[in-house]
Amino acid sequence: MTFLSQPGGLWRRAVAASLVVAATAFSSVADAGPTLDKIKQRGAIKVGVGTTPGFFAPGDDGQWKGFFVDYGKALSITVFGTPDKVEFTNSSPQQRLPALQAGEFDILLSGVTVTIARALQLGFHFGPTVFYDGQGILVRKDLGVTKAAELDGATIGVQSGTTGELNIADFFRKTGKKFTPVTIEETGEFINALESGRVDAITQDSSDLVGKRTQLKKPDDYVILPERLSKEPLAPAIAGGDDRWQELVNWTVNVTIQAEEWGITSKNVDEFLKSEDPAIQRFLGVDPSLAQATNLDPKWAYNIIKTVGNYGEIFDRNLKPLGWERGYNNLWSNGGLLYSPPFR
Amino acid sequence: MSLVNIASLPLMRRSFDWKPLWNGLFGTRLNTALTVLTLAFLAWLLPPLAHWLVLDATWTGTAQDCAAASGACWAFVTAKLRFILFAFYPQDLQWRPTAALLLLLGLLGVTALPRFWRRELLIAWLLVVGLCWVLLTGTLTGSPVPSNQWGGLPVTLLVWSVCFGLSVPLAVLLALARRSKMGGLRTLAVLFIELMRGTPMVAILYVAMLILPMAIPGGQFVDKTVRAIIMITLFWSAYVAEVVRGGLQTIPHGQEEAAKALGFGYWRTMQLIVLPQALRQVIPGMVNLAIGFLLATSLLAVIGIFDLLNAARASTTDPKWLGFYDEAYLVAGVIYFLFCFGGSRYSRWLEARLRAGQRS
Repeated sequence: MTFLSQPGGLWRRAVAASLVVAATAFSSVADAGPTLDKIKQRGAIKVGVGTTPGFFAPGDDGQWKGFFVDYGKALSITVFGTPDKVEFTNSSPQQRLPALQAGEFDILLSGVTVTIARALQLGFHFGPTVFYDGQGILVRKDLGVTKAAELDGATIGVQSGTTGELNIADFFRKTGKKFTPVTIEETGEFINALESGRVDAITQDSSDLVGKRTQLKKPDDYVILPERLSKEPLAPAIAGGDDRWQELVNWTVNVTIQAEEWGITSKNVDEFLKSEDPAIQRFLGVDPSLAQATNLDPKWAYNIIKTVGNYGEIFDRNLKPLGWERGYNNLWSNGGLLYSPPFR
Repeated sequence: MSLVNIASLPLMRRSFDWKPLWNGLFGTRLNTALTVLTLAFLAWLLPPLAHWLVLDATWTGTAQDCAAASGACWAFVTAKLRFILFAFYPQDLQWRPTAALLLLLGLLGVTALPRFWRRELLIAWLLVVGLCWVLLTGTLTGSPVPSNQWGGLPVTLLVWSVCFGLSVPLAVLLALARRSKMGGLRTLAVLFIELMRGTPMVAILYVAMLILPMAIPGGQFVDKTVRAIIMITLFWSAYVAEVVRGGLQTIPHGQEEAAKALGFGYWRTMQLIVLPQALRQVIPGMVNLAIGFLLATSLLAVIGIFDLLNAARASTTDPKWLGFYDEAYLVAGVIYFLFCFGGSRYSRWLEARLRAGQRS
């Protein structure tokens, strides 16, 4: 029946793109007031999330849980002082950006990749990258391979018709080694192909691979190689037009990163209140001068750390159980890419 | 041809006669081949299915217990059935969607019986739908639940019944307009119907989600579920209108002329003579359409509404219960099947009953 027909592929993209254009044309009407005023008036932040294990998924009690969900709660603390003034709404990848532009959400915490086209062509604004994702390779341990560059002559399962297929070909062209691609249509088939030995490795975005690995019968026989073949920096996305809102998003993320750098956790934050370090005193609001100058609640950083924890705690709580390693998502001082500008 | 008979034979004959069955199964060479093939297929299919469904299944325990076993993980269903049925609705308030669900199911059951087809039924529907809305929002009970936390079967059924219920009167008007002698009205009706039928439902939902809030004044304050209901009603009404038009075409033109000769005006002719007969003709067709629409509500997922299927999908992303797709989709599939199979059996029963009514 025609009403069941879903527009696929190109057609879907065309619809999405034209909706963004239409939404942009109307957006001057929709965004009459700054976002922050709307949020305060409504009494809740509207957050768009996806459904990916570890990042945003229903937990045991049927409520949203996950890495990005915790950042939504942190934002709620920044704006309202409590973690519960936030409404999470599921949003599919096709409609999340038009919906953000239409004012349906105040912010997308749905794992949007930062790209120049989204920033300059479509006019979205991005907060700091909170998660560095990228295409990874999952291999059987008995191959004895620890780096992607050591793969030679391997049979690798790739999803057909994706950029992943091109990325892996490019990668092997660079290393000069050989590989045999096996295109797999159905994403659930990847597990079967790997377990039956039809392929030695599979390649997908590492966020997908981590989920797949836990579904294998013997996850410990497989390992995700450390290299990333593509850059997928995931960041909060907002519609723009409210600089204060944008900065609150930025510095909410920075609080979690800075706290980890200083070793402040939800457990020991009360001890840090007694710290002699003037920077930490300003950060936690013991010395309220910085909060007064920035027009923030002196306790906001303290409350975020006390409630959702620092970056490492958020990561460990949501992603570590799935087998995620910190990798790029580590502090700059530990060889990662996370770096918070100074709080002064 | 004999294959068709086999299916109904054992049910229809009280005193069992083996001969037609034997003839049907092995009467000709082709039938023998088909029987052997079918048996071989079942022998290939059933044992692994039985193992997966029952023998090797895990009934209680955790995801780890399930991963160790090779069968289905019914422990997952036990843990997640609540989420599949009600999605993100707060757990301690779950009596509210449950009550809404029971109200809707009860009224659907009542509506299915022709002996209750009276004016009071319309009022009952208005009351029940309003009550469901109040129950889900919780505006009167003091702990409101925003619609982004609604989900599961109550939402699927509420959207489906409200949209279908509203689309029928709209469809009757559209069908009449399409047959109208007023050229402008007819063109408008044709344009609307063909535009809606020529657009995929996904696009209609995107319009509800993204264009409607900006196209109507104050639209961004209208709830997303309400916007979806408005657009789906318009969309479905085009399909129902075509079915109604089919019914109108079966009424001989002479009846309208006779009514006119008796001094009936247009509306009275339609209301008292044409529509009662035409609608009776198309009821089975509308039931069929309604079944298709129920399945189409799963497209609500594209605008982030947690209908039954989307909730089932999301239930598989809990890190503690990762990847039990087969079980989750099976549960959703069984629920959809119960409604659709029930609906199609009902449709056949109703058709027979209405035909009997016509003959007498």
